[in-house]
Amino acid sequence: MSTATRSASGTSAPQDTVRVERRLSRSATVGLYLAGIALGAGLSALTGFAVTSTVVYGVILGTLAVYVTSRAVEGRRKATDRLVTCLVTTAFGIAMVPLVSLVWTVLSKGLARLDGDFFGMSMFRIVGEGGGAYHAILGTVIITLLATAISVPIGLLTAIYLVEYGTGRLKRGITFFVDVMTGIPSIVAGLFAFALFTLLFGNDFRAGVMGAVALSVLMIPVVVRSCEEVLKLVPNELREASYALGVPKWRTVVKVVLPTAIAGLGTGVTLAIARVVGETAPLLITVGLITGTNLNPFDGRMATLPVFAFYQLTQPGTATQAFLDRAWTAALVLIILVMALNVVARLISRFFAPKTGR
Amino acid sequence: MAKRIEVSDLNIYYGNFLAVQGVNTSIEPRSITALIGPSGCGKSTFLRSLNRMHEVLPGARVEGKVVMDGQDLYGSDVDPVNVRRQIGMVFQRPNPFPTMSIYDNVIAGNRLNNTKMKKSESDDLVEKSLRGANLWNEVKDRLDRPGSSLSGGQQQRLCIARAIAVEPDVLLMDEPCSALDPISTLAIEDLMAELKERFTIVIVTHNMQQAARVSESTGFFNLNGVGQPGRLIEFNPTEKIFSNPDQKATEDYISGRFG
Repeated sequence: MSTATRSASGTSAPQDTVRVERRLSRSATVGLYLAGIALGAGLSALTGFAVTSTVVYGVILGTLAVYVTSRAVEGRRKATDRLVTCLVTTAFGIAMVPLVSLVWTVLSKGLARLDGDFFGMSMFRIVGEGGGAYHAILGTVIITLLATAISVPIGLLTAIYLVEYGTGRLKRGITFFVDVMTGIPSIVAGLFAFALFTLLFGNDFRAGVMGAVALSVLMIPVVVRSCEEVLKLVPNELREASYALGVPKWRTVVKVVLPTAIAGLGTGVTLAIARVVGETAPLLITVGLITGTNLNPFDGRMATLPVFAFYQLTQPGTATQAFLDRAWTAALVLIILVMALNVVARLISRFFAPKTGR
Repeated sequence: MAKRIEVSDLNIYYGNFLAVQGVNTSIEPRSITALIGPSGCGKSTFLRSLNRMHEVLPGARVEGKVVMDGQDLYGSDVDPVNVRRQIGMVFQRPNPFPTMSIYDNVIAGNRLNNTKMKKSESDDLVEKSLRGANLWNEVKDRLDRPGSSLSGGQQQRLCIARAIAVEPDVLLMDEPCSALDPISTLAIEDLMAELKERFTIVIVTHNMQQAARVSESTGFFNLNGVGQPGRLIEFNPTEKIFSNPDQKATEDYISGRFG
């Protein structure tokens, strides 16, 4: 009713009250886009067919076809909407290209050696084919766990200080230096650990713990930042509720704030681990590589997956292909490890999140 | 159990900003004292200064005396944590601990302070406190469910149960019904009428009918203008405040001719 009255008073033609909108159907839009791509393929065939040029020409022509038709049929506003939809989707596609390509490459080249031997054997006395990364996988796990054991207490306590206790200049100073630490190149962290242990134990000292220290230099700022953000999310009302029950501040932090934030803290720590587990440079200059298995992180060199992959790639022996295969498989195992950690992070946040019960 | 609170020459500051100035009053035991006044006039600030919750905010401080049964709450040797164990508080928004069950929420005061209790003792305490908060019949079959599974009004009564479970002498309530519907509000007002037999209750409210319904004494806070400190304009028995107040400002506020 109201529209009828409004348009009746606004325009002279009362029959025009219901505007018939012409719209492109979904299949028409898709068809137009595909026609554009086909045209692009044709255009690319003129200059010698190639996948890249087909995709580039096709996307441009498809977008143009949809836009122009929509402009003619549906009007300017709808046409702009379709144009932006096409652009956003294209951007998403471009963003996915490196990811898909990377996963595809690593999978296709790494699957060849993803066998029992790879997980069961070290490279001890192996110069050609066979062998595995048993020692490197365990080394990565040990060094990462050690780095976590160093960084999580320091990082978590720093975050608690920043959120619950810190005020004024000291808090701003710590926040600033944590930000600076986030940007430290990993090789610098490695050199720091190298210099530190050389000063303490002399020139020839090599141990997994050096790598763990280097990794914690990279890990601490990540843990601090993520834990800080999570602790800030804990509602102040819960702290006040606890204070009002006559609970001292430290007990409030330990028994109310931390349990409420535990899901986010777990996720943050897991993602920080995922961030450092693939670091190569600091491990390369501190821990080095050995072919045998060394499970004692406080004495002698250790093998780690990233360094293992690096040496397999750069110093292939006589059987080049076997070395390349091992490098790709090491990369694949690393990716699987990081993905598993991300899954663990999601599980943590799901299981530990405060239950609403609704 | 219930104790009298004497407040003399109380100035409350946030940093350098004087928020509340020169409060002198006496809060009677076993009665309900209501604090009314426009927003921003310092009612809640004054309420929070009674159990030293005020100083949780950085830069907040207090001058003057708050004496509870001869003990100065702001004395140099007084631990604010002990003050808060004697003077409990219920907040505007229900805030049960989301990580705890209904049962654990009720005994949170003891749990968080690591007070050792036998299972039977804590069972009794939970039942007594929930009965005290008129919630027992609604939740007795689901004590292990999370506290946040309750409705808003039930959550607020759970918070009251949590506050009375630590056996305080005084109960402060900061607009406990402002987030609740009329039925839940009625439940909590009935509860306050029961609780005043055992506790001294101070309630901040924006609802003047509520103040008139539940309280014995009423204090009216006001401020002269933005940036000025709030003051306690009048403190009298509720009947007098609502029928024949001493101050013109009180009468204007109550009759809606404020500002």
